[in-house]
Amino acid sequence: MSLDDLTTQPIPGAVSARFALVSEAQLRAACERAKADGGRLLALWGCDDTDLERGFALNVVLALREGLLCLRLPLAGEHPRYASLADLFPAATRMQRAVYDLLGVHAQGGTDTRKWLRHGAWPEGVFPLRRSVPIDAAFAPADDRYAFVRVEGEGVHEIAVGPVHAGTIEPGHFRFSVVGEAVLRLEQRLGYKHKGIEKRAEGMALDECARLAARVSGDCTVAYAWAYAQAAEGIAAMQVPMRAVWLRGIALEIERVHNHLGDLGYLGNDVALAFGFFQFWRLKELVLRLNAALFGHRYLMDYIVPGGVARDLPLDGPQRLYELAATIESEVKVLRGIYDEHAGAQDRFIGAGRVAPELAQALGLTGLPGRASGLAWDLRVNHPIAPYDQLDVRMAIHDQGDVAARVSVRFDEVFESLRLIRAMLGRATAGPVHEVVPVAREGGFGIGLVEGWRGEVLVALETGAGGCVRRMHPHDPSWQNWPLLERAVIDNIVPDFPLINKSFNLSYSGHDL
Amino acid sequence: MYTLLKQIAKAGIVSEPPPETDEALRVTRQRLDDAILEQFGRSLAIRHVDPGSCNGCELEIHMAQAAHYNLEGRGIRFVASPRHADMLLVTGPVSRHMKVALLRTYDAMPAPKLVVAIGDCGACGGGIFGESYASCGAVSSIIPVDVAVPGCPPTPLAILQGILTAITK
Ligand code: SF4
Repeated sequence: MSLDDLTTQPIPGAVSARFALVSEAQLRAACERAKADGGRLLALWGCDDTDLERGFALNVVLALREGLLCLRLPLAGEHPRYASLADLFPAATRMQRAVYDLLGVHAQGGTDTRKWLRHGAWPEGVFPLRRSVPIDAAFAPADDRYAFVRVEGEGVHEIAVGPVHAGTIEPGHFRFSVVGEAVLRLEQRLGYKHKGIEKRAEGMALDECARLAARVSGDCTVAYAWAYAQAAEGIAAMQVPMRAVWLRGIALEIERVHNHLGDLGYLGNDVALAFGFFQFWRLKELVLRLNAALFGHRYLMDYIVPGGVARDLPLDGPQRLYELAATIESEVKVLRGIYDEHAGAQDRFIGAGRVAPELAQALGLTGLPGRASGLAWDLRVNHPIAPYDQLDVRMAIHDQGDVAARVSVRFDEVFESLRLIRAMLGRATAGPVHEVVPVAREGGFGIGLVEGWRGEVLVALETGAGGCVRRMHPHDPSWQNWPLLERAVIDNIVPDFPLINKSFNLSYSGHDL
Repeated sequence: MYTLLKQIAKAGIVSEPPPETDEALRVTRQRLDDAILEQFGRSLAIRHVDPGSCNGCELEIHMAQAAHYNLEGRGIRFVASPRHADMLLVTGPVSRHMKVALLRTYDAMPAPKLVVAIGDCGACGGGIFGESYASCGAVSSIIPVDVAVPGCPPTPLAILQGILTAITK
């Protein structure tokens, strides 16, 4: 079977995506074909439609050269199950485990069927995302035990870290099996921050849910808000005023710049170059202050809303942004020179936490770490939505896949984003920045996909009665990248873990939901 | 080395004066006596726990430690162990999966101890995430809170203000 045999229909909206209802055989064939063509698994989630007498469903989004393919496999209302896709896409493993924990939809033939997002908040056999479970259901603390893989052999011992870490970091558990200082294996246990975002979304008004989507992972709030807005606007079949589109692009690039500045600072700090932290965070603060003055929020939260953006730039906005871009550019050039020349820093960066391009490709690494491991994929280049289709974005790419490569990609992306911000400021002609979103029809389905600073952020949205949210599924690129961090630290020494971890800087909140 | 030193000199000192304290942030009446507060006033050790934030509040806690706000310059520092901490800084709603870890961290701290809840989520009902099968809501539903700093996320200045309020009479 080829993908052409599928009857697909376009999903209205900014993202080039098609939808198809599939049988299990068609799903399998489509995934095989996608894999053979170098396509990737973008997201996988389930939904409970038993209240509509349609049973359950599994949703799979594939990134293909020609665009997104969104497949829906209807499943029975009793004992819903499907054949695991993890043999084709290893990244599916954790997503499938999460789908089981939340909905009781079972992936048959999966090699790892341990629980994933479920710890002790609800017992085995209860599936909180099912329509039959009320959101405020409270369960007695359940068994929290988890079967970690044990590495045995002479001299092997375990180091368990977390969920509470030594610094100001999100919670998660890392279990290292080490010999001496060298890491033989790392196993992650995530899900500590699971706070029921998807359940919370159900029944929310569209604009209220926009605020929720913007808080899935606070450090990429712009990317989430934009992806959510794309989905909502697609359902409403509406166009966003062009000026709002330019302003969205500017906001997304500002978010990329301030996150990269923050990470570059901490990467210096982690190799005992505290100078880096203070310098980069001083620059980051300049960005945040201007954000507050021009956009009304230091992190641009709730700036992008369905229908456009919350407000226009003040009159002196462009001038102040040009000046800021010039300052950041000249200072970061100096700082990059200092990092490059610093023997101690380079000694720690080079070769640490390497993910070879072949491994990255095989396991589906994505986003910034993907580009640092030679995977030439950046939505702004490969599938540019407006305004990127008018900008000719230059992709930052590196083939070493180590900490140094991820540092280098960040530097390159800072400069490119500053160039883009200037270009967008120059081209954003005057006009309205928001349009009222018509009440969404029941049964609408929309999808949004944005290249956030960390990687592709996806939001899928279904509308129900009264134009409210029926189902919202946000997908963070960290789902794909966390398993690669486990691989990146093998054969490195334990003290380098914080550095390697930081060089990925993955989201816990965006993953745990 | 020369460019590094030149950059330090060029950047100069950007630290700004600390904010005034704000009694409106106080949730529980000051429980510590003057003598202890005087000690805290010169050196305060903070342990941060995130039991479920969106990670936005963390960004501003990091920023409070950067040059403009200069938290460490005021004798306030973050420590890796709750055993060394005078104050617990908590961000986000408390997820049910983090409840035990939060309680254990709190219990591991020596008395007298202070708790400051950072952000709308931790300050009030779990914020936009609310209370649910997965979220216990506000920090005060799990451990006693002295000062709560609203904001989404609160600015570094507001965080600093909350911390300073907790250690003043
Ligand atoms: S208060 Fe806002 S920024 Fe802080 S954790 Fe809650 S949603 Fe995130």
